[in-house]
Amino acid sequence: MRTLQAMTAEPLHVWDTVVIEREHLEQLLQALATRDYEVLGPTLREGAIIYDRLTSTEDLPAGWTDEQAGGKYRLKRRKDNALFGYVVGPHSWKKFLYPPLQRLWQAARNGKGLRILPEEEKAKPKYAFIGVRACELHAIAIQDKVFLDGQFVDPGYKARRESLFLVAVNCGQAGGNCFCASMNTGPKATSGFDLALTETLQNGRHYFLVEVGTVCGGEVLSAIPHEPANDTDKQHAQRLLDHTTRHMGRRLDTRGIKELLYRNYEHPQWDSVTERCLSCANCTMVCPTCFCTTVEDVTDLTGQHAERWRRWDSCFTVDFSYIHGGSVRATPRSRYRQWMTHKLATWIDQFGVSGCVGCGRCITWCPVGIDITVQAGAIRESDSVKAPADRSKDSA
Amino acid sequence: MIHTLEPILREHPFFHGMEDRHLQLIAGCSMNVRFEAGHVIFHEGDLADHFYLIREGLVSVQFVVPHRGLTTVLTVGSGEVLGWSWLFPPYRWHFDARTQQPTHALAFDGKCLRAKCDEDHDLGYDIYKRFMQIVTERLESTRLQLLDIYGNHA
Amino acid sequence: MATMLEQIEVVTAGLVPDPMLPMPYRIQRVKQETGDTFTLEILAEDSGKGFSFAPGQFNMLYVFGVGEVPISISSDPDDAPLLKHTTRVVGTVTKAMRQLKRGDTMGIRGPFGSHWPVQEATGRDVVIVAGGIGLAPLRPALYRLMAEREKYRKIVLLYGTRTPEDILYRPELEQWRGKFDLEIQVTVDRAASSWRGNVGVVTTMIPRAPFDPTDTVAMVCGPEVMMRFTVMELLKRGVAPERTYLSAERNMKCGIGFCGHCQSGPMFVCKDGPVFAYSRIAPVLGRSEV
Repeated sequence: MRTLQAMTAEPLHVWDTVVIEREHLEQLLQALATRDYEVLGPTLREGAIIYDRLTSTEDLPAGWTDEQAGGKYRLKRRKDNALFGYVVGPHSWKKFLYPPLQRLWQAARNGKGLRILPEEEKAKPKYAFIGVRACELHAIAIQDKVFLDGQFVDPGYKARRESLFLVAVNCGQAGGNCFCASMNTGPKATSGFDLALTETLQNGRHYFLVEVGTVCGGEVLSAIPHEPANDTDKQHAQRLLDHTTRHMGRRLDTRGIKELLYRNYEHPQWDSVTERCLSCANCTMVCPTCFCTTVEDVTDLTGQHAERWRRWDSCFTVDFSYIHGGSVRATPRSRYRQWMTHKLATWIDQFGVSGCVGCGRCITWCPVGIDITVQAGAIRESDSVKAPADRSKDSA
Repeated sequence: MIHTLEPILREHPFFHGMEDRHLQLIAGCSMNVRFEAGHVIFHEGDLADHFYLIREGLVSVQFVVPHRGLTTVLTVGSGEVLGWSWLFPPYRWHFDARTQQPTHALAFDGKCLRAKCDEDHDLGYDIYKRFMQIVTERLESTRLQLLDIYGNHA
Repeated sequence: MATMLEQIEVVTAGLVPDPMLPMPYRIQRVKQETGDTFTLEILAEDSGKGFSFAPGQFNMLYVFGVGEVPISISSDPDDAPLLKHTTRVVGTVTKAMRQLKRGDTMGIRGPFGSHWPVQEATGRDVVIVAGGIGLAPLRPALYRLMAEREKYRKIVLLYGTRTPEDILYRPELEQWRGKFDLEIQVTVDRAASSWRGNVGVVTTMIPRAPFDPTDTVAMVCGPEVMMRFTVMELLKRGVAPERTYLSAERNMKCGIGFCGHCQSGPMFVCKDGPVFAYSRIAPVLGRSEV
């Protein structure tokens, strides 16, 4: 029987690794709630595991897992009671950090004048995310580049991001559409978290290896009963991760992918994927890095009061690139090409990293199961820059 | 014919790089002309037995369009060439040409030049090559005008 | 008197804590220019806040309750905080904008975007090729060049538009033409016989325009087709692709690189542009549906 450390033990430091028992995880959630965090995490709703408020660990989908394939998502019962025994669902954390619908400001007419009324500073939202996967940590870091690192900063995103407490979870299994290993975004959470959990069920024991990522994380954790992790615990956790790495559902060869897509704008693969793509925009909605939005200016019936709202948008919509009299990308072919080339290629020129974190959501939630790894593979397979031997067919 | 026109021909951008031997032949078919502003150099339908190299001035190439009146489709200015209808039968002008300013030009006798080109194919090749260049440039410009790029297509 | 921005960085927009918040501006004057083209002259309600911009930059103009559109600033930077925007009626917002009157208020966000390389032109010839309403975003550059005329060698303006009735800023062009140190050539696509000037597309004026292509900065603005053909002619004459600049246009919903709508290849037209060196934008220019 391992001894538990008293609550008045020494403070925990960054990179400390400890073990907490499953039954003490509840205390972590309560500790966060006591600190006025709105605790958000995975929960079961309408046949899927989505992200929403957690009032306690009871809300976690214990004993459930997800089976994912192209255009397919099913929940299945596990043989054990793991709290995090699944991968990612249709929601991503951008739902909270960059909400789908937001009022930006209101305006009031007074005579010929107009007054802009910025949104009031309500009590600043303080979120705690529970169960953030490694791929999602990278996705959040990518959106940080978009909204915080450029010439302009989104003040709402900044406020929500700065007050965020992030509990990551290392994946104990790979999903059917996962390819974080290909994108170097997982399965191990390496940075960007306050705490990182590795769930272990072994020999009747159910515990979590917890890695401390920040001073704040250490502070919160130090009050929860814990004991130092020993080498066996750490090695077991590593083996779980190695297992996950070896069982990725998908692979994407990223070698020279930017140049590959830049030289294949006229590849016939764009035509063949267009035969299937419905331009439904599901992929952009579920993708954790897609950030496009639009604004809507509305007014009331009196014409004295107006509002501007921002909502998520998708480059798949016909009007996305509309400019006097027509859209630049009028065909679905050009829009699919835009999305995929942006995600895997131009994103790198824009932000220094790939836009894809290998979470596989776009594959799962595509109604016709279009698979970005297959699309990239097909283009690489018959790349327009062929070896000289292959050109011999063309010569007389 | 005044052979002192040879140095003038040599200077004109249209003949840039032409062999002296050919310039001499052409000079034999050329003469200096001056037009006042508002002068009609030729009318649509007239016999096209000359072409002009504008040295100085501005000429409007125009067309009478029913209900729209006289419309200018192109202006030809200093250093540019006016007229290629002399190259092929029926040797008739398809447009009007009217000077906008006092204009100083070199006029070339088309019939004379055609005869010399028939005799000396090297000369013919050079002349037709140069005209071909002009025609392709005009075609490209015309296409741009056709696209109505400034139109409000909203 | 506002000072000229020499650096690439935008000054004013960074002062605003939330770049999505418009500032109220009062309309001083609405001027009908040609056909469907008009100019709004506006002044900030709170003119205590200095506004300065660089030629080529744009603002996002908001019409109460209707919507917002990006429009290049077309006034003299030295006249700031008074601003002018010239635009055509092409959609709902510009249509509503046309109905505004002196004394009405609109919302302004900006200035955004990159600017014409006026500083790079120091000591060089400058050739400006404008097509149609493309003269509007170039006008601030012309003001700047003329304000410090001695810094530049030859300055040539080639302007083409549809018909003589569509010539924009005609009095100003005539005034500039009167200064002997600026070469202005105007042409139209077609004209009635009463027009005594050039007829033909603007590109035809490039081969013989008086500038030294080996040491020239070119600034081009107009419909995309016109810009592409103009660049072809400039390059043919030997102007360097890195010294040839265009102003691009795309759908914009934010103007600050967040909404994603204005992307053209890897470029965000709102923040990497709208002014681009040809060498940078060449890969996407003229490519279908990119």
